[in-house]
Order: sequence, then structure tokens, then C-alpha cells
Amino acid sequence: MEELESATPGAAAASSRRGFFQIGILGLGAAISAALGLPALAYLLMPPKTRAQASWIDLGDVDRFAAGSPVEVAFRRTRTDAWKVISEKDTAWVVKRADGGITAFGPQCTHLGCAYHWDDGRHEFVCPCHSSLFRIDGTVISGPAPRPLDRYQTKLENGKLMLGRLETPNARQA
Amino acid sequence: MKRRMASARAWLEDRTGLPGAIEQFLDEKIPASSGWHQVFGSLALFLFLTQAFTGILLAFNYAPTPGEAYNSLRYILTEVTGGRLIRGLHHWGASMMITVVVLHMIQVFVFGAYKKPRETTWLLGVALLLLTLTYGLTGYLLPWDNRAYWGTVVTTKIAGSAPVVGQYMTRLLGAAKGVGVVTFARFYSVHVLLLPPVTMLLILAHVYLVRRHGVTPQPGDEALPKKPFYPVQVFKDTVAIFIAFAILFTLAVAAKVPLEQLADPTDTTYIPRPEWYFLFLFQTLKLFEGPLEVVGSTVLPGLAVLALAAVPFIDRGTMVKVTRRTVAISFVVLAGIGWSGLTAAAVMTTPREAVAQVDYSAPTDWIQLSPEEMAGIAYFREESCASCHYTGSSLGPDLTRTAIHKDAAWMIRHFRQPAAVRPGSTMPPVRLDDAQLNSLAAFLLKLTPENASALANAPDFAVRGALVYQQGHCAACHMVNGVGMKVGPALNGLSRRQTRSWVDEHFDNPQKLSPGSIMPPYRFSEADKRNLTAYLFALPE
Repeated sequence: MEELESATPGAAAASSRRGFFQIGILGLGAAISAALGLPALAYLLMPPKTRAQASWIDLGDVDRFAAGSPVEVAFRRTRTDAWKVISEKDTAWVVKRADGGITAFGPQCTHLGCAYHWDDGRHEFVCPCHSSLFRIDGTVISGPAPRPLDRYQTKLENGKLMLGRLETPNARQA
Repeated sequence: MKRRMASARAWLEDRTGLPGAIEQFLDEKIPASSGWHQVFGSLALFLFLTQAFTGILLAFNYAPTPGEAYNSLRYILTEVTGGRLIRGLHHWGASMMITVVVLHMIQVFVFGAYKKPRETTWLLGVALLLLTLTYGLTGYLLPWDNRAYWGTVVTTKIAGSAPVVGQYMTRLLGAAKGVGVVTFARFYSVHVLLLPPVTMLLILAHVYLVRRHGVTPQPGDEALPKKPFYPVQVFKDTVAIFIAFAILFTLAVAAKVPLEQLADPTDTTYIPRPEWYFLFLFQTLKLFEGPLEVVGSTVLPGLAVLALAAVPFIDRGTMVKVTRRTVAISFVVLAGIGWSGLTAAAVMTTPREAVAQVDYSAPTDWIQLSPEEMAGIAYFREESCASCHYTGSSLGPDLTRTAIHKDAAWMIRHFRQPAAVRPGSTMPPVRLDDAQLNSLAAFLLKLTPENASALANAPDFAVRGALVYQQGHCAACHMVNGVGMKVGPALNGLSRRQTRSWVDEHFDNPQKLSPGSIMPPYRFSEADKRNLTAYLFALPE
């Protein structure tokens, strides 16, 4: 084969010319595909940048809560779903502890998400769906609830109670 | 390895016939004179495929209803990774595709490649040109910003002015009661549902006819042996495609495609302009007034399309060498001069943007800041703080993280006597008064690593406007973004309530326009007034 090519230099030149064109077509094609394909992959697979947003909600004067009697507080919070900002109603059970500290529980039973309420007479949180009972500190007394009530992040600013994210056990692990 | 490839190929050939078909396609014999002038057809096909690709990607993050459309496009531009690039490719790809389709037609026209038996190939080409323009027209509305809205108002009015069919055209475009949700739905459906399959069918038919009749030979080609399409012509096509793509990519990266404010049908000051390739039509329209307007808007363009379609039936002469086709070349030159003249006239008569525009294709976190914090940006820029304080600088600390552990009082002490608060600091003292230092500290307290670049985007007019607002103590009576007093009306949403000229005049003489107002007159300089009004109009509602 090699002998044959060296015997006909014209054919060898034509063959290497053909090779040059083929490599050129493949190379330029690959460059274009990469320049289109890689941004497309980033566009589809990378997480979008999320804009920082104020996530603390002002629940008003902390003095209005009395120690030992939980209060259900309703508030509006905004949630961002891609380009949509959704304003939705949410509630929290706010408990002032004996030491003056504040705990705010998420409004759903940790069993199947029913809305529980505070029973003043029994001094317990009662879930109407499957009778889960919680103490005032959120721990489970009885019933099918698998874990204590979820808590919101809280902080005090100039005597006002500020509510942050609801911390579910998953978020706590992460 | 080679043997395995060969057997795989044989298997595929036996089951599908595909390798053979590709080979036959690539081995197509083309005339010896073929070369660089024939790359435009492949180039147009490539650009069509690229538009389809980027269009599908955009659709993955796009909500096709007015309002939502705008917000989702903003989301693509400001939050989705690579979103700006994909939109840039789609935007500039549209312009490039129209350019290339026209160049392809000019080449075919000049070389006389439309002559018998290729008349139907030419007709399909004219149809494809019209489809390409329709993509441009319908796609123009989809960002649903002011430009899109007002441009489409004009388009639908022109269609409605057509003799006899005008009112039906208006109904077909869903614009019987003005441009609205129905118009948007129609334009979107045409753009993504109707046009793509029709285009693909016509391209298939067009390419089939090219193959059926072969690439047009030039006089003298009969004597020369034909050559295969692959690899030399394919290589030339690929090089042309690569060059075009490199230009397109550069445009998408470097040339910003602005997004104006959300479409506002009540904005009476907006002056719509069409996309550059329609400017000549826009200018033609201006030559005809009154009852003759319909001539410029529909009759002439209609006749031009008919004339284009009739080309192969008017010119039935035999094929001559391209260098001898003086009449055809003169036609192209004259059309080119006419087109350029009209386009240049339209560009030159474009009024300079009288009012500053906010570019909504970039994050606009700054519009949430209070005027005091905005004025802080002005001092930050005037004092050239960024020449030492930038991310990664060794001269000064990164200020995006100061708010975490420093308060305003510390910052102000530090501005006055940097070394007294931080021994060894080489920072020169900031010579501003108390109110100005407060502003600067207020801005720095808002700065976080996440919003730093978004705040750096604050346009100069808004920063200057906020400075005027702050120095005029407007906050003593008015509220902006929840900060300030409620003696006078809150200024968010001012753009919905009043016009710019009303606001401008109101500064000079408040009582004339609002009898009983206790606002004192303000004698701002023209520039200050312009910046302040533009800033107030940019505020969120």
C-alpha cells in the first residue's frame, strides 16, 4: 500500500487534501456544536441564581404574648416561584416560655399535616385528625406523630418578634 | 476495529439504507464552477436549525401570556444560567437569518439561477423569505415590553388598513379591540406552532427541487467535468457557517439586547420603531400621506412581493455568464441603494431617547433601595471607593461583607478618621458632611455579596435623581419604598398617576397644578429635574 502511494504522488496529494477537508469539516462542526451544546446544558442543568430577599416577617410587639398561653398568629409571606412572586397566608403558633423566650411552631401536625389547635383546658396541642397530642414545648405526648412540632426561626428586634424560615427536620440536617 | 465498523455499517445499510443514502447525497455531482458563492443556502438552513434550537430552549423557561411573558423573560435574562446568551443567540440569529436569506436570493438572482426549469425552486424561495419575515414580525411581540407592544400596534394597524381585506386581517390577528391577549396568543401560536412545520416542509421541497434540477451550471460548465459535493463544497459551506456562527456568538455575548419596561398601553409618549430590517418599509410609509397612505403601507409592498415572485416568468432569456448580467446587477445595486437610503433616513430621523430608560434585562435590585441608600451609591462613586474596595483587592477590604459585623456608627467614625478606628489603615478620610456620611453608611449596610453586582447596575440617572431627592429633603414630606413621611403623597406609582411633563412643571409651581398644596416650589437645574423625574418614574409601584 505504501509503495503504491509513493509510486503515485498525485494520488497521495489528493488523499491528504481530502483528509484536510474532512478534518476541517469535523473540527469546525465540533466547535459549533460545543459552543451551542455546552451553554444549553448549563441553561438546563445549572441552578438559577436566586435573588436575595428579606425573609424575616414582623409579627409585632413581643409583649402581647403571655407566658404559657399559645396564640395562633396569621401573617402573609411572599414566596418566589421562578418569575412569580406569590403572596400567601401562613400561620404560626407562638409560645412565650416561662424564661421570656419565644418559640413559634409551624401550623401543621408532623404526622400527616392536619392543622392542630391548642386545648386550653388540657394544656396540650391537639390534632383533630388522628389525635396526636403535643406538649407546650412541641414534644409528642401520644398519638401517631413521629416527631416534635416544626419550628420557625425567630429573633427579637427592638422588642418586635421577627419570624424567619420554617425549619423542617430535612432543612435542619442540610 | 475497522472490521467491526464495516460490519456495523453493513448492518445499518441492510436494515435502513441510511449510510448509502447519505453517501449518495454527499456524492451529488455539482458543476465545476460551484464554489464560495453557493454557501448561502446551507448557511440559511444552519441558521434556521439554530433558531429552532435556541427557541426551544427559551420556551422551556417562558410563559406565553402577556405579563407573564415579560416576567419569565426577565427571569431567563437575570437568573437562569446562560439565559442571556441563549436569548442573545435567538435575537441576533433572527437578524442574521434574514440577512442570509436575502443574500441567498441576491446570489440566485444575479447568477440567473431562477431560469427554466428552476422557476418553482425560486417561488418556494420567495415563500421562505416571507416566512422568515413573519418569524421576525411575530417574534417581535413575544417579550411584551413597550417596544414589542407599540411595534405590534403599528403592524396590526397597517394590516387593518389594507384595501377590502383590512378588517378581516385585523380579526385574524386578534387585534379587533387593539393589541391584547388574543393578539399575543395568535402571534405566539404562529411563531412556534404554525411557522416551524411549514418552514420545514418548504425547505424539504426547496432542497428536493435543487437536487432534482441540480446546482445551476454557468455557461462553460458543459465542457468541464463535474465534481462531487463532498468534501470540497461541504468544507466551504462549513467554513462559511463557522464564520457566521462566530459573528453570531460574538454578538450574543457582547451586544446587549435591552428589555424595556413592561408593555404599557396607556403610555402615550412611546415612539415605536420597527426592527432594522423593516425600517425601509417604515420610511416608505412616511412618503405617502392621507388617502395615499394605503399605497405605501400595503399596495407597494404587495406589488413588490408579486414582482419578486414573477421574476422567472418575466426574464425568460437564456443563461449568460454572471459578468454579462448587467441588467440584473443594476437591479440589485439600485434596490440596495434604495433600501440603504430609506433605512438611513429612518435611522437619522429616529428621535434621540429623550428620557432615560431602565434596562430591565439586568437585575434591578437598586429600585428597592431608599433614596438615602441610593444617594449613598452616588457618594460611593464620587469618592471613588471602588478603586480600592473591590472583590479580591489587596488595598481595601471587600465591602460586601462589612454589613455583617459593623454598624453605621462604626462606619461613620471610620469614614472621618480611618486610622483612628482601624490603626494602620491607609485609607484617606472621606470629606463629606454628616448627612452624606449617613447615606454612604446606609448604602454599605445594604450591600451583600449576592446583590453587589445588581446594585452596581444602578443607572447614573437614578443615582443622580436620588441625590437630588435627598438634598432637597423630599423625604420630609414624601415616602419612597416605604421610607419617608406621609405629609405629601407617596411617590411609588407616580408614573401611573401623572405624566413626566406634569411632574416637571409641578416642581416649578406646585400650587398651579395642585391647588391647596403646601409643597414649596423647587428650582432644579434642567439636568437635576430630568434625573429626579426619571428616577421617580422608575420606582416600583
